[in-house]
Amino acid sequence: MSKSTSKKADAAAPMIVAKGLRKVYGDFVAVDGIDFEVKRGESFGLLGPNGAGKSTTMKMIASTSQRTGGELTILGKDPNDFGPEIRAHLGVVPQQDNLDRELKVWENLMTYGRFFGLKSGFLKTKIDELLEFAQLEEKRNVKTEELSGGMKRRLTIARGLINEPEILMLDEPTTGLDPQARHILWDRLFRLKEVGVTLVITTHYMDEAEQLCDRLVVMDKGKIMAEGSPADLIKTYSSKEVLEVRFGSDNNKTVAKQLKGIGSRLEILPDRILVYTDDGEAALKQILKAGMHPITSLVRRSSLEDVFLRLTGRTLVD
Amino acid sequence: MTTVNKTWQGAAKLVDPATPIRWGAFYVAEFRIRGMLKWAAAIVAFGLGNPVLYLLSIGIGIGAMVDKTQGSQGIDGVPYLTFLAPALLATAAIQGAMDEVTFPTIEGFHWTKMFYSINNTAISSKQIVDGVILSAMARCVLQVILYELILVLFGALPLASLPVLTLASLIAGWGFAAVMLSVTAFVNDDDGFFAVVGRFILTPMFMFSGTFFPLTALPIWLQWIGWISPVWHATDLGRALSYGHPVEPWMLLVHVVYLLALGVAGMVTAYPQFKKRLAE
Repeated sequence: MSKSTSKKADAAAPMIVAKGLRKVYGDFVAVDGIDFEVKRGESFGLLGPNGAGKSTTMKMIASTSQRTGGELTILGKDPNDFGPEIRAHLGVVPQQDNLDRELKVWENLMTYGRFFGLKSGFLKTKIDELLEFAQLEEKRNVKTEELSGGMKRRLTIARGLINEPEILMLDEPTTGLDPQARHILWDRLFRLKEVGVTLVITTHYMDEAEQLCDRLVVMDKGKIMAEGSPADLIKTYSSKEVLEVRFGSDNNKTVAKQLKGIGSRLEILPDRILVYTDDGEAALKQILKAGMHPITSLVRRSSLEDVFLRLTGRTLVD
Repeated sequence: MTTVNKTWQGAAKLVDPATPIRWGAFYVAEFRIRGMLKWAAAIVAFGLGNPVLYLLSIGIGIGAMVDKTQGSQGIDGVPYLTFLAPALLATAAIQGAMDEVTFPTIEGFHWTKMFYSINNTAISSKQIVDGVILSAMARCVLQVILYELILVLFGALPLASLPVLTLASLIAGWGFAAVMLSVTAFVNDDDGFFAVVGRFILTPMFMFSGTFFPLTALPIWLQWIGWISPVWHATDLGRALSYGHPVEPWMLLVHVVYLLALGVAGMVTAYPQFKKRLAE
């Protein structure tokens, strides 16, 4: 009961506020003055290629890395002054599954829970819940080095939930996982959203961002290039459909000249040409009518990948 | 639907940051001790087995020869075993404490990166340092007491000297462990670190610290190894406490202050280095 009243009380207050946030390592500007806000219960994504500044931003939010400049408020507090207080209410799932190798699965959860000062009695039932949640009940007494990649990832996520965090931070949660393992994870993350956990996710997978994020920022070279819901970003920065045509790597450039006027915009990549249009089939007919014959052609819906390409001129996963 | 939803209270209600802020170092020690227990057999085998081998081979074996030729008051006016025991005890204390700070620190920063996970909770970098030291001292005290009891059984130590000897051993263990913790905090990977420490620091420290013979038996240009060696300071102190080896009172103070100073220097170096590395 007190939960619902306290929830209402600070429902309006944002969970995270960043203003002109900067992080500089020597000469290298990793995060170059970014602004964003994350509301309670929201699933917020940081999208960008490797080196865009996502992980650095995550570490500053996680209150383990101090900012070089700007303002940052997490759960209403400044991490420079209240690091441990903030971290006590966060859950962090780092990029690398840094589990203890000598301890068993349940012991990893138990010791981690103790770091929050949680009592063993509470942790016993909590560990049962989390093992069920992560589908690791049968692995309870196994050393972590014997787990598969997907299992380790689920255990790391379960570990991040031991203190029932207000904000769960996931740094590239499904990188390196097979499709089935990714879908299991996405399902688990949806369930957390239903409980009201605020999620902050970094990814360079477009489908993941579209699946998981209510709102996201596109980052490149330490800056925010765009912000919005996946649908809004696609609407703003791309067309409804995309026609992908291939003429062979040597011909793409010359053919591109003849394609001018078809679709609203062209993007010429080394291996294919993207034609942005509201009607992909019609554009393809136009191309064939003009006497050009692509080796392959594909009509698809616009995705965040196209947004990113439009904004940065580069593909996400090089 | 899993049970995770039904009982969810939220961290704001569940976790009081004041608890880990106060007790965090003990939680880290608890975590480390759980890890150590997985190696309990190896820790006992090396932590006690090694010193016991020295006790039997050198203390009793060579000791018999020494006492035969020198008489039973040949060195320092006591049987050889009595002379040797405080040195073996100091070495065991220092070695035991050191093992539990060096390996865990490289593991925590490099092999498993567990320190970063710990720092993602309410635990601070300083509490990680304190917790690692605490757990090392827990092993140190256990190892020291067990070894002391063995030495008493062999008649190498008087029972009454155990409380002060334990205290002196802990100071020595802490001093050297803190220094090694701070050094290890600068190491990026194993990089042959353990081989270098073993060959160029531990072995000479063990050999040239007045362990098997009085330091003054060495040529003066080798004696400096003893002067800077915590093993010598702890050994000389231990001999005074065990059988009343004659030491100037001011020298006793030097021993204690030197060992404490090592500890303080190690801690004040380790704190900022841990903080810096964890923020990377």
